[in-house]
Amino acid sequence: MSQVIFFIAAIGAVAGAIGVVTMRNPFYSVLALIVHLVSLAALFLLLRAEFVAAAQVVVYAGAVMVLYVFVVAYVGGGEQVPAGAVLRVLGPLFGLALVIELWIAILGSALKGISSKGAPYRLGFGTPQHIGSLFLTKYLFPFEIASILLLVAAVGAVVLARRRRGLEPPGEAFELQIRAPRPAYTGTMAEGADTNPAADSPSVEEIVEQLAGPTDGPRSGGGW
Amino acid sequence: MAIGWYLTVSALIFAIGATGVLTHRNPLVILLCLELMLNGANLALVAFARMWGGEDGQIFALIVMLVAAAEVTIGLGLIVAIYRRQLPVDVDELNELQG
Repeated sequence: MSQVIFFIAAIGAVAGAIGVVTMRNPFYSVLALIVHLVSLAALFLLLRAEFVAAAQVVVYAGAVMVLYVFVVAYVGGGEQVPAGAVLRVLGPLFGLALVIELWIAILGSALKGISSKGAPYRLGFGTPQHIGSLFLTKYLFPFEIASILLLVAAVGAVVLARRRRGLEPPGEAFELQIRAPRPAYTGTMAEGADTNPAADSPSVEEIVEQLAGPTDGPRSGGGW
Repeated sequence: MAIGWYLTVSALIFAIGATGVLTHRNPLVILLCLELMLNGANLALVAFARMWGGEDGQIFALIVMLVAAAEVTIGLGLIVAIYRRQLPVDVDELNELQG
């Protein structure tokens, strides 16, 4: 029974991986990667790694893939441009050489454990309880480093993807919005002080510059 | 199933991912193929954990997943920033940081 599940999951994982590489549209590549990840979670379950399998489905196939789908939808993806002629031939050849080399290294190593079914099963192997106690005792330091890494990544992503001032010059609509005459009794400060706002107020260009920063300053070419 | 089968599959997934990294020019797809390579390594780690009967390999696999999530976040942030600047989303064109 476990052999049938292994072959179904392995074929799913490899087919998903091939789908990621060969699909023309990045959106379909993301969907193929989800198939791959779920099949891989089944393989993890066969290896008695229950917690890793659950994390794979929840974190990877759930959260990370949603992020991918959003970015593909935002950027558009479009048609993929294939690589140059040299890489298009050499890439698969390199992959083939790599897999043959790895297979020779793995199967030719004559390790006794590789041809066995693994160590005898201990009760509770791979459960959240064991993983959690390892994380909080033996691997406490990597655990803390990992949380700091996640924090840095989250802050970094926000900094990288934020909208920069001066990236786009304020358009016509913004200027018109300022220039538009306000109806009487709209409650502006100028009305309250009973002055004529048009007489000594700064010009529209100055207001735009104050609000949106210098339009031809050093940052206008993009804020990198 | 013997552990060797799992290692075979993991090597195959890793090589497919490496092929994808080499043959694509869209950074989004290159990130996806990097995920494939990391997942191949993860499968090997979990298989070795099963072989030795210790959970240390699974801890490794979890931390690899976490690093992959961080890498994806930064990579997608970079792609969004590139797209906002209306630069081509193509790794062959984006060579200004090259030496």
